[in-house]
Amino acid sequence: MARVVLEGVTKRYGSVTAVNNANLVIEDEEFVVLVGPSGCGKSTTLRMVAGLEDITEGNIYIGDRLVNDVPPKDRDIAMVFQNYALYPHMDVYNNMAFGLKLRRFPKAEIDRRVREAARMLGIEDLLHRKPKQLSGGQRQRVAVGRAIVREPAAFLMDEPLSNLDAKLRVQMRAELSKLHNRLRTTTIYVTHDQTEAMTMGDRIVVMKDGFIQQVGAPLEIYENPNNVFVAGFIGSPAMNFLNAVLKQEGDDVIVDCGAFNVRVPESRVAKSPRIREYLNKRVIFGIRPEDIDDAQMVPEERRAEAITARVDVTEPMGSEVYVYLSVGEHSFIARFDSATKARDGEPHQVVFNMDKMHLFDAETELAIR
Amino acid sequence: MSAHRTVGAVGSRALLHLVIVLACLVWLLPALGLLVSSLRPAAAVASTGWWTVLATPFDWTQYTLENYHHVLVQDQLGRSFLNSVLIAVPSTVLPVLVAAFAAFAFAWLRFPGRDALMLTVVGLLVVPLQTTFIPILRLYSQWGLAGTFLGLWLAHTGYGLPFAIYLLRNFFSALPRDLFESAYIDGASPLTAFFRLALPMSTPALASLIIFQFLWVWNDLLVALIYVGGSPGVAPLTVRLSSLVGSYGQEWHVLTAAAFVTMIVPLSVFFALQRYFVRGILAGAVKG
Repeated sequence: MARVVLEGVTKRYGSVTAVNNANLVIEDEEFVVLVGPSGCGKSTTLRMVAGLEDITEGNIYIGDRLVNDVPPKDRDIAMVFQNYALYPHMDVYNNMAFGLKLRRFPKAEIDRRVREAARMLGIEDLLHRKPKQLSGGQRQRVAVGRAIVREPAAFLMDEPLSNLDAKLRVQMRAELSKLHNRLRTTTIYVTHDQTEAMTMGDRIVVMKDGFIQQVGAPLEIYENPNNVFVAGFIGSPAMNFLNAVLKQEGDDVIVDCGAFNVRVPESRVAKSPRIREYLNKRVIFGIRPEDIDDAQMVPEERRAEAITARVDVTEPMGSEVYVYLSVGEHSFIARFDSATKARDGEPHQVVFNMDKMHLFDAETELAIR
Repeated sequence: MSAHRTVGAVGSRALLHLVIVLACLVWLLPALGLLVSSLRPAAAVASTGWWTVLATPFDWTQYTLENYHHVLVQDQLGRSFLNSVLIAVPSTVLPVLVAAFAAFAFAWLRFPGRDALMLTVVGLLVVPLQTTFIPILRLYSQWGLAGTFLGLWLAHTGYGLPFAIYLLRNFFSALPRDLFESAYIDGASPLTAFFRLALPMSTPALASLIIFQFLWVWNDLLVALIYVGGSPGVAPLTVRLSSLVGSYGQEWHVLTAAAFVTMIVPLSVFFALQRYFVRGILAGAVKG
């Protein structure tokens, strides 16, 4: 059990900077998810914590120990790899026991730990099978088991679920969360899947092009993204972005999208005092699909704000419908209840929930707060 | 798929098989001739061709083991057989062992000059070993290694290393990187990773390399002749056999028997391990 601290960590390969001045404090017992598109530096960051990559600049602490020059085996960490990295010629038992054997644990202790981990993961029956005789989900469990038996200061997981099929992924996601609740071991988890990040992380670290974009609790990031990238990356379907100009009309601030205008309620302006600095300037207007409502399904008093959009396509998902809408040159996605009467190719009245809207500087793409 | 194309496919398959069968016959017929001749009495070999037995192949009276008795006992081929074993086994174990260590270093350890060294090793593949005979033999005479098994072992080790390192390095570097990283995190040293991971996962490559090297040393005449010479105490089968050709130039029945004694080991090695043989040749070539 330990906290992990990254201090100005930078990794350069020749002229390419894979990770740029990463500062991060991961508290003891915390489950932190590094998330971002491929090539964003999240795996490199994890591998630097593991000691598999050298650090070009900066410091990494595990516990209170500076580990910059400590080899991986002495960092007291365990790692779960994307393709499991099980030793193909050893059975499950020996795969899990390998690390303990190398550390010369007594036989009885090894046996106790392996069996306990196997029980926890429900793979007791598989202990004498070879990895190739296991299914993907079972291999994943063995890989996790191998990390657990070591009882390390921190778990490092590099896209551990991405080789599983969708259904199994959802199941293992919950199991890993459960496991963390039970073991409370500090965990750094890398994924490109924002759903995994949202559902599993105590905190999420969003990365792009080697830079940390935002660090925060899942909902905090969801509701207050720092910039256009984070806003678009977290959430599915992604947030809609429309180019707009902020204008004043009487006492009201309105978002002028060209083809239509929407009014920003006073309560929303009050939350972001800097909004008024952007009057008559170009901004990026962001609105999440669930914050666009079917006008027929909202209370009477909100319908006054309705705008008419054309329904391009509807995608029924069962409990809800993704509706692809367009107004003038703008197109956006809305999430309606499946009772909606929106039909492909027909006009439909929609209402924006402007209390939940986001505004970004058109130049810097940073949130206007 | 049209019927027309199916007929074409069957036709080309048949042609392929025909070519393969012909090629096998071309290789097998002389070997069969050798075997039959070695089992026939001297008078029969001198008077009729070996194929005459094919008329009555199951008439056991026309065969004899006399020739084998002759070469093994009278010509001391037994001693040469032992020499061949004494030469071939260390000459196989040594280079494979050294090459495995070297190949692992080339594949998975980072050290300065690694690529240049590897390039040198690969470059050595094209050096004809004949060019090394005179300088090495001079060294051996100074060091007293000429005419000894040790000298021959070292020579075979040297000649075998470049290919062995090349083959094993290709195989090792195709092993997944994650496995080694996982092992290092688990607490393994490079040496542990080599013995506990790389070697056990490379049995096909190691087996095929051992077969190659063993067969090459067993069948080698030139290197053995140069470094240990023809004295019966040290000469391997191949050297002995070639001297038999001199002394028994006309006595086919004895020569064929001696030739077959020489072939027994390679044949049994091949049939025992042919599974690895086929797999191993592909192993180094296809990076997976």
